[in-house]
Amino acid sequence: MIKFFATLVLVGILGWLAYLFADLTPWWAFAVGAFIAGLAIPQKAFAAFLAAFLAVFGLWSFFTYQIDDANNGLLSGKMATIFQLGGSTWALILLSAAVGGITAGLAAATGTLLRKKV
Amino acid sequence: MRFLGAGILGIITIALIYALDSKIGPLPPVGALLSPSHGLWKNAESADHDFNLDLKSAKLNDEVSVYLDERLVPHIFAQNDHDAYFAQGYLHARFRLWQMEFQTHAASGRLCEIIGEKSGDVSVLEKRDRYFRRLGMVYAAERSVKNMEKYPKQLEAIDAYTAGVNLYINQLNPSNFPIEYKMLDYAPEPWTPLKTALFLKYMSYDLSHDFDDFEYTNLKNHLGMDLFEKVFPIMADSLDPISPRGTLYPTTLARSIAPASIDSLYLNSRADSTNGFAFEVEKRSTDIGSNNWVVGGAKTVSGRPILCNDPHLSLNLPSLWFETQIHTPEYNTYGVGFPGAPAIIIGFNDSIAWGVTNAMRDVMDFYEVRFKDSTMNEYLYNEKWVKTEWRTEIIRIKNKADYVDKIPMTIWGPVMYDATYGSDLKDNKAYAVRWTAHDAGLEMNAFMQLNRAKNYNDYLQAIRNFQCPGQNFVFASKSNEIAWWQQASFPAKWRRQGDFVMPGWDSSYAWQTQIPYDDNIHMVNPERGFVASANQLPADTTYPFYLGGEHDLYRGIIINRYLRQMSGITPGDMQKMQTDNYNVMAETARPLLLKYIQRGRLDAKGKELLAKFESWNLRADNESEGQTIFTEWYKELGKMVWLDDITRADSLPVGFPQAATLLEALLKDTAFVFLDDKHTTDIETIDEIITQSFEQTVRNLDGKPLGWAAFKATGIRHLLGGSLAAFSRLDLPIGGGSNIINAATGNWGPSWRVIVHMTDETEAYGVYPGGQNGNPGSKYYDQFVDQWAKGEYNKLWIIKSETDAGAKAKWKIHFKPAA
Repeated sequence: MIKFFATLVLVGILGWLAYLFADLTPWWAFAVGAFIAGLAIPQKAFAAFLAAFLAVFGLWSFFTYQIDDANNGLLSGKMATIFQLGGSTWALILLSAAVGGITAGLAAATGTLLRKKV
Repeated sequence: MRFLGAGILGIITIALIYALDSKIGPLPPVGALLSPSHGLWKNAESADHDFNLDLKSAKLNDEVSVYLDERLVPHIFAQNDHDAYFAQGYLHARFRLWQMEFQTHAASGRLCEIIGEKSGDVSVLEKRDRYFRRLGMVYAAERSVKNMEKYPKQLEAIDAYTAGVNLYINQLNPSNFPIEYKMLDYAPEPWTPLKTALFLKYMSYDLSHDFDDFEYTNLKNHLGMDLFEKVFPIMADSLDPISPRGTLYPTTLARSIAPASIDSLYLNSRADSTNGFAFEVEKRSTDIGSNNWVVGGAKTVSGRPILCNDPHLSLNLPSLWFETQIHTPEYNTYGVGFPGAPAIIIGFNDSIAWGVTNAMRDVMDFYEVRFKDSTMNEYLYNEKWVKTEWRTEIIRIKNKADYVDKIPMTIWGPVMYDATYGSDLKDNKAYAVRWTAHDAGLEMNAFMQLNRAKNYNDYLQAIRNFQCPGQNFVFASKSNEIAWWQQASFPAKWRRQGDFVMPGWDSSYAWQTQIPYDDNIHMVNPERGFVASANQLPADTTYPFYLGGEHDLYRGIIINRYLRQMSGITPGDMQKMQTDNYNVMAETARPLLLKYIQRGRLDAKGKELLAKFESWNLRADNESEGQTIFTEWYKELGKMVWLDDITRADSLPVGFPQAATLLEALLKDTAFVFLDDKHTTDIETIDEIITQSFEQTVRNLDGKPLGWAAFKATGIRHLLGGSLAAFSRLDLPIGGGSNIINAATGNWGPSWRVIVHMTDETEAYGVYPGGQNGNPGSKYYDQFVDQWAKGEYNKLWIIKSETDAGAKAKWKIHFKPAA
């Protein structure tokens, strides 16, 4: 349980850093962070997946919600129409968070499996 | 085993990231686009975004302060021209980078690089990229850039502007690219003077491309010259030209003489189906509608002139225009400019104001070229074989090998159509294009000089730099001068020259000379107290040179009527007039339609619609039903009268007559030769055709909402077109339409309405259908659209000095020269 939370916190911190240094990093930098967390903290692959998923899902939901709120939902409404989400801002926020979460989860699980081998 | 698991999972993860990072088919790179750090969320501009900024550049001579007001209009305070244009370049890029680059990509035939060879079923390669390359757009822009080198002031301006744009581009990284780059997955490239030249050529193209020669030739061959003259007459009887009838046009230049072979080689009809141009040509929009006028001090309450302008263009978002004030020790100019080019294009300064509309003259002609053989290495010219020069255009295509287009260059210009292009060309011939935009114009110079013009003479000197396309430059000054010049380099043509495709092997069909600038049609301080243009013919046939082109008729009539009647004019009166929805064409047509309709034949629904039409107040307001009925009825009437006669058996394109032509003909002759429907054995008369077309109208309108604004559905579309409805503003509640001063049609309309009152302290109002920020995620993206639709204006804030700026400005961008 501690390892689960440790993974969650570490992925969260690295994801936050990737967000802060967006100018210097590619958009998938957070996945590298999740991979490193997987390598660093030994646990079951599925647990690592879940922890990283939750961390990035939560983080991205928070970021996007905050941005969207300041923007009064102007762009998200338009983009949600283009993405055929019926113009729903919430659907676009959840979709973004899920894409980030799944990517991070897979990266973390890969790290864990690789660690066990090494 | 676990290693295998890690390997598989690792591959899946990397593959997923790769897929999310790639543009697959029409899908954008989804992962990158949804990322809060790099994607669309980065473009969601906070409603209280802070636009303050401090910048440094080694390219600056001095400090520049830019004050942004609450509408995001920049007021540039610079110590010299160079720095002012640098700041203008930076601001254009800051707020409109994607559109300025996209439009220059389009103009230079480079869309395949971004979009790929095809977009849906449309070949981007054939319809856009090869089209613009073969029209000679890059060739023309290159020549303009080369010519610029002779004009140090222009060169310095364009270099400064370029450096300003590039200062912004160099600060960017993929996380803060404009959203369209992220969706299409490409990156901005450095700006160059060539790109500015390309943008200006694109405007020349937009305002002066005229491929009617092919369709006119098809129709002339089909009908014969006598009937053709009735379908496309060179002048309407009701014409109220820009320069009033009765004006004399003394000229030192002899009239151009038509070649002796004109009857046999040019005007004769060859109604054989092997002679025809089978491709659909690019049509210039018929929804033209630009107006400008100036009323002199004698007609205004203040005793000072008022200048009004509303150039009508294709309505798009981000908008074509960007509002700016430029203040230097030499001048203080306010107006709108093109993102992509330095200077103010339509505007005013502390001494004068100017505005433009399109002259609609024909400055693009086509010549048939006879090559010796299929190698196209030699062509016939005055009974000799002349060597072709070749221009190679390399078109890069996304995910495909380059396409190399080899274009034969002739004495006329590039060969646009040949066996390799316009493949549905049935006659297997080759056609070269002669266009004044190829002649290395200095259009930018005209605007740079207008920006600092102090009086009539400065204005006249300035506009004479303007060569293509033909424009109506109106002028007003605080010292009570008003003027209008139709300016461009116009070929002195003989009657009907260039209306049809000309024989390119005979030099006697060439443009013989240019009309001297002094002989261009103009008015200076006319006694009647106003000048006005609305895309109508500038003069009647007393003018010694052939004018060519398709012109508007009714807006000129109504504008001149209003201005003759008005006195004691205020800017408020001008606002009302600029947004006026009165339909003078319907006023002319209604008595005729009502006289001949056979009321007894109509059913209940028909009688109801006719009653609505009869009691209509002739205004095309939002809710007007009469306007909808009239529009549909007149359209049906036109189809019934014309189509049976002009349609060719081989269905080659022939174009469609202008709306005014039929009405003008029927007013003169109720037994008009085209009235009878050839498909029936009966002889149809005017009452029969008018009644039949009304019955068809009743059927067409059945079950449709009759309210005019809903019926015509004016929309402002994003530059990427229909697929991006979310970035567009559709179905706007705006009245007006074709032949009406407020000429807002489906996708065309007043692109900038401006009114300038030349009082000691300039009083000005303006509005355009867009917003200052090109970012669809900004609240400033479409800020003025609703106002524009309602006919409301912004009062333009002209800052006199930096001390005034401080108090009212919301943000400041400060540029410092780097040490």
